Amino acid sequence: MDPGVIDLSRLQFALTALYHFLFVPLTLGLSFMLVIMESVYVMTGRPIWRVITRFWGRLFAINFVLGVATGLTMEFQFGTNWSYFSHYVGDIFGAPLAIEGLMAFFLEATFVGLMFFGWNRMSKLAHLGVTFMVALGTNLSALWILIANGWMQNPTGAAFNPETMRMEVTDFGAVLFNPIAQAKFVHTVSAGYVCASVFVLGISALYLLRGKYVGVAKRSMTVAAAFGLASSLSVVVLGDESGYALTDNQKMKLAAIEAAWHTAPAPAGITLFGMPDTATRTTRYAVEVPWVLGLIATRSLDGEVTGMSELVLKAQERITSGVVAYDAVEKLKVDPTNVAERARFETHRRDLGYALLLKAHVADPRLASPQLIAATAWDVVPNVPLMFWSFRIMAFIGFYMIALFAVAFLLASLRRHDSTRWFLKLALVSIPLPWVAIELGWMLAEIGRQPWAIEGVLPTFLATSSLSRAALWTTIIGFTALYGTLAVIEVRLMIASIRKGPFEHAEDPQPAPGTIPAQPITA
Amino acid sequence: MFDYEVLRLIWWALMGVLLIGFALTDGYDLGVAALLPFVARSDVERRMVINSVGPAWEGHQVWFITGGGAIFAAWPFVYAVSFSGFYLAMFLLLAALILRPVGFKYRSKRPDAAWRSRWDWALFVGGFVPALVFGVAVGNVLLGAPFRLDSDLRSFYDGSLLGLFTPFALLCGLLSVAMLVLHGATWLTFKVEHGPVHDRARGYGCIAAIASVVLFALGGIYVAYGDIGYHMVTLADPLGQSNPLRTTTEQVAGAWLGNYQLYPWMVLAPVLGFAGSVLAFVGITRGWEKTSFGGSALAAAGIIATVGLSMFPYILPSSIDAHSSLTVWNASSTAKTLGIMVFVTAVLLPIVLAYTSWAFKVMWGRVTTEEVATNPDFY
Repeated sequence: MDPGVIDLSRLQFALTALYHFLFVPLTLGLSFMLVIMESVYVMTGRPIWRVITRFWGRLFAINFVLGVATGLTMEFQFGTNWSYFSHYVGDIFGAPLAIEGLMAFFLEATFVGLMFFGWNRMSKLAHLGVTFMVALGTNLSALWILIANGWMQNPTGAAFNPETMRMEVTDFGAVLFNPIAQAKFVHTVSAGYVCASVFVLGISALYLLRGKYVGVAKRSMTVAAAFGLASSLSVVVLGDESGYALTDNQKMKLAAIEAAWHTAPAPAGITLFGMPDTATRTTRYAVEVPWVLGLIATRSLDGEVTGMSELVLKAQERITSGVVAYDAVEKLKVDPTNVAERARFETHRRDLGYALLLKAHVADPRLASPQLIAATAWDVVPNVPLMFWSFRIMAFIGFYMIALFAVAFLLASLRRHDSTRWFLKLALVSIPLPWVAIELGWMLAEIGRQPWAIEGVLPTFLATSSLSRAALWTTIIGFTALYGTLAVIEVRLMIASIRKGPFEHAEDPQPAPGTIPAQPITA
Repeated sequence: MFDYEVLRLIWWALMGVLLIGFALTDGYDLGVAALLPFVARSDVERRMVINSVGPAWEGHQVWFITGGGAIFAAWPFVYAVSFSGFYLAMFLLLAALILRPVGFKYRSKRPDAAWRSRWDWALFVGGFVPALVFGVAVGNVLLGAPFRLDSDLRSFYDGSLLGLFTPFALLCGLLSVAMLVLHGATWLTFKVEHGPVHDRARGYGCIAAIASVVLFALGGIYVAYGDIGYHMVTLADPLGQSNPLRTTTEQVAGAWLGNYQLYPWMVLAPVLGFAGSVLAFVGITRGWEKTSFGGSALAAAGIIATVGLSMFPYILPSSIDAHSSLTVWNASSTAKTLGIMVFVTAVLLPIVLAYTSWAFKVMWGRVTTEEVATNPDFY
């Protein structure tokens, strides 16, 4: 494999996926906030809530369409750029994607048209039902894509078949109820809810600071404060820490996040700060809090958090065992009926993927020396400083969000949320933070999975298509130019819509005079 | 419940259902977008055309996405080989399809005429280019693609973007454009108020109907007399495990017509292709709008089914390697996955069809210039 093609394929996937996920979280959360707002409208019958729902609905639409457009790329990119991956695990990985289309995309996309066009064509209650279907559809799509992604992190319910040279499903239930997928689903949708809550909170704060549309802004902010507090607690407390003890790669992720080079006596301490040094495999200037990590990661006082060096030793054993499986597969290719080789394969098949790691250094893994195997074992360690810092920034933002929404909730309960100017400013400048945390979270999950495309099964460098660098550069430049242009247009339209405000016609009720004099922000 | 052979046949048929579903629904959205700059001149006219598909295109597009997902789940070899092989064509397709949603949503967000005109052309590209690329891709599938599989079943592709645009593939591309423009035109006659746009749509619809018949006939003649077609040398085992290397294929001119002798009922598909186009033409000229829309739908279904049936059991033949061609018997998922997906589809697809029809009913009625001017929910 051409290393340039591998790097470029990874770059393109990262760019298009991270870009796609700028729009998805807002869709996930705002759709449910629209349900809440419209429910209040249906229950109280007060027109202001219709204005509120329709206003956030317009912003939802501008955002939603880019999620849809960039999602197209994602559905086909496994085939275009990760062709060997698609062959190798398509028997398992394709199903959640197909079900996502049938169960979720049809639902959200069909009803989103009615949500925008159907205001005057059905009863209030029916329209609320339509809005709910959109929210349900978007969240179901997150469920299925995270079942697919969770399987890449913890490939249960499948086994390699030498007859077809691919992984095949053995237990679909295990794929569906993969604990990592479930933890990821809760964590990801909660992050989306936080993202939408901050968006609504921040824009409402902007209106309140300027003394404009106070009636709409106050009410929107109340919804955001309550929804945001619940979601930010959920995103942190139900974070996907719980899955970190399951597989070797998940353990490695945890060790890399903590820069735990060696297994520490239980219960392990958590490193708050430090400078991980990959050359010496130590962490300098570490500031540790005793016990905490052991408690979080193992939910016990005596569970150990395995260090990276110990995990590397284990990987070394698995590579050695995997080479036997690899040899058996090569012999079965020539003679599928060889019973002895079949038995040898069955004994070592769990480690086949580890033998494939050697292909980065030697064409035939069977020729690898013990020294090469020992050196290759270190390939299972991901980029430690990147993991270390992404996690800390993400977690810091998570805790900050809890604080922000706790304050918002308190102020809203005291009915002081429209007049506490320092808080309004804080809410406004906080708008980008959830996006930063979410993108870092994805980097953590996917870079932490390296060197694997499928944990323990298929290394990333073997998963690509047989493309040329020129073809990849063409599409990377093409997507960047297209996506860049669309991003600029999107942000401008958002700002224009926010500036235009919630009221569509002159006959709409005018906003009640606020308690704050209208004046430009000075800070 | 079903054996492996039946499951493979069901999924081969379902792939056809999804492709036809895509052509019947999103197909007219593509046709309408391709016609946009020509059938509508003023801003109000253009907004009327855009809003004729406004509430539904998002749902329709899911046929395409789900089609991709279903091919991944049921035919992973096809998904892996075709999309990586037709790499730059796929990029072209995706880029054009990305322009379309954004065009629909953003075009009327600003009053500025230059802004709107740019988006109108973006929508044209988003309709015309995918229609063309789909046809060119189908043409290349019929011709066979230059790929080979190694012993690890990794696929290598030996061609270029320009290499896809052979005369026969272009013919298929134009047929696809004609077929979808016809479908778009019959939709417009059915969905927009009587007036200049309606009249122009009828004009373009007639041209597209004639073009469909002529191009489909030319394609048929090439398939019969040109150097095209594949034939299986070894007898395939419909219950065997999916490994393409165990099948041997040879190129035989005219082999794509072999199925019509084996299974004469298959002639129904090309007959529908022609009859549908003629029916659409008659409907347009006589002003029978439902008939013409039904006719263009039948034409699209017949033309797509013709391709699938002619190639059976091939799905993607290789033009350079005798042991790499993908067929119904060697390129599927396991029986287990196919079975689960049959069950899931049997439960979910009827639900999808039910609410899609409901949505269609809610939005029933013609789009008028008056409504375009007054309804704040319109694009």
